Amino acid sequence: MEGVQTYKAYFVILVLLLFLTFLLNLSLGSVSIPVNEVFSALFGGETAKSSWQYIIIDYRLPKAITALLAGSGLAVSGLLMQTLFRNPLAGPFVLGLSSGASLGVAFLILGASAFGGFFGSLLLSQWSLVIASALGSFLVLLAVLAVTFRIKDTMAILIIGLMFGSVTAAVVGVLSYFSNAEQLQQFIFWSFGSLGNQSWQGVLIMAICCFIGLAVSFFSSKSLNALLLGENYARSMGLHIKKTTFVIILATSILAGSVTAFAGPIAFVGLAVPHITRQYFKTSNHFTLIPAVLLSGGILMLFCDTVAQLPMSEFTLPINAITSLIGAPVVIWLLVRKRKLLF
Amino acid sequence: MASEEKHIILETRDLAVGYTSKRKSDVIASGISFSVSEGELVALVGANGIGKSTLLRSLAGMQASLKGEIFLKGKRLSEYGMLQMANELSVVLTETPASKNLTVLELISLGRQPHTNWMGTLSEEDKKAIKFALEATNTETLAQSKCYELSDGQLQRVYIARALAQDTTLIILDEPTTHLDLYHRAYVLKLLKKLANETGKAILYSTHEIDLAIQLSDKMLVMTHETCYFDRPKNLIADGRFDSLFPTETIDFDKNSGRFTIKE
Repeated sequence: MEGVQTYKAYFVILVLLLFLTFLLNLSLGSVSIPVNEVFSALFGGETAKSSWQYIIIDYRLPKAITALLAGSGLAVSGLLMQTLFRNPLAGPFVLGLSSGASLGVAFLILGASAFGGFFGSLLLSQWSLVIASALGSFLVLLAVLAVTFRIKDTMAILIIGLMFGSVTAAVVGVLSYFSNAEQLQQFIFWSFGSLGNQSWQGVLIMAICCFIGLAVSFFSSKSLNALLLGENYARSMGLHIKKTTFVIILATSILAGSVTAFAGPIAFVGLAVPHITRQYFKTSNHFTLIPAVLLSGGILMLFCDTVAQLPMSEFTLPINAITSLIGAPVVIWLLVRKRKLLF
Repeated sequence: MASEEKHIILETRDLAVGYTSKRKSDVIASGISFSVSEGELVALVGANGIGKSTLLRSLAGMQASLKGEIFLKGKRLSEYGMLQMANELSVVLTETPASKNLTVLELISLGRQPHTNWMGTLSEEDKKAIKFALEATNTETLAQSKCYELSDGQLQRVYIARALAQDTTLIILDEPTTHLDLYHRAYVLKLLKKLANETGKAILYSTHEIDLAIQLSDKMLVMTHETCYFDRPKNLIADGRFDSLFPTETIDFDKNSGRFTIKE
């Protein structure tokens, strides 16, 4: 297996790109802040306008970190799913993970009134949002997996994932019918996907979850590499399939679940980023691919968020719209150019 | 045990294989007793659906057997841990590896997994085993190619190289000659013969190429609906074991040439 060494130059470029997009993301927005002022705000220096300090530290920095975490987390979870399900179309969105998370959050936000008063507000704390969302995606993934053990055909599994998506969407529909306007609005804004309005505490929780998920993923690299040969070959090389599958699914649902909880269901990043990365990193070694996909996911998300802020204007577009607008053409372009998607 | 006698690597005693469901067990083949020794190439032949793959899967520990016993290097197969088994037994399956995006070198290197640490770092010994596998299967020039670029014949050599790199005492191959042209069928079987002779590995493979198997294998296991025969090819021919392998109104076995002929 070719290691990280072979792609050293690529990694340097990715890290530089990440810094660039990160700074760009901090600097651009409804108010443009010069890059040198961004630096002085970050490192506690004086800014030309005192409001800039506030904008950077309390609004844009948490948002940029959220974007970075969301992009990395979703992209790596997509890579894991593609290897686990041996299907290039797998991703958190396609397999119904995001819908599962939506269901969890829907139950929480729309069902909170049922518990009423103090208990209701307790439920809506940030941790509970994460847990509900992670639990939702975990349950959907378990269901998809239960089917996987019975059906070997991966196409069938994808279709079942899509069906789960439809069912959860229907349940969310029923729940919204019975909830009041305020709750509905809260849920709909969540479902648009939003990286902003994140408290530092929220960013910290998200970072911890993503870090755990990414670490578990990275430490599963050897098993993931074995899975590239298929289950039977992997087993013949001494791999515990059930244990490995469980660990990978756990990592995926922590990543997809926590990102979806904080940033809403974000489309296409999980599916598209691993494929984009494979265009440059011509290896299947997960020890190389995971860091590469992680960096690429962060870069793409920061870029999408910068576009979504519509620099120099008052408006902000839903992040979900931007990732779809960029992600869908990329997948189509890859398919047309290579005629097939490999993983 | 006489010192010049070759060590038995794989042995079965009155084995029955098949599938079990909650209500009943479905025996596909039974009464299978045979052995594969060090440096031996053993062919497994029989009609479609007779249970060749089921037997191989049971021998490779991928499914439980229904009756009888399997010994790998004198120890019950069921007593092996997964990693321990991976050190003794490698497989070449009919299924193609899930990812065709792997390079040949990456795929072959994966064979070293049972020997490497959690990072999969390749030691000098690992690299030597990989180099040997590449040379033995004549795949050095393909090393940097992606698997989707290869022909079926090349792919089969790569899969064999992966099993070789795993460096086990026993290699089990399920129909390694399917989808190959005549040249590659002969090439693959000659390669297996050479590997068994030169490396002392025990090699067991299933095939539909009975003509070729008769010429190249040390011993053969012939599976029929009623029972199984295990012997050297020439003894099996003398005993007429191939005569009734297929319905005789369509195909005849010619004892002199060791070939099947189509009945006019």
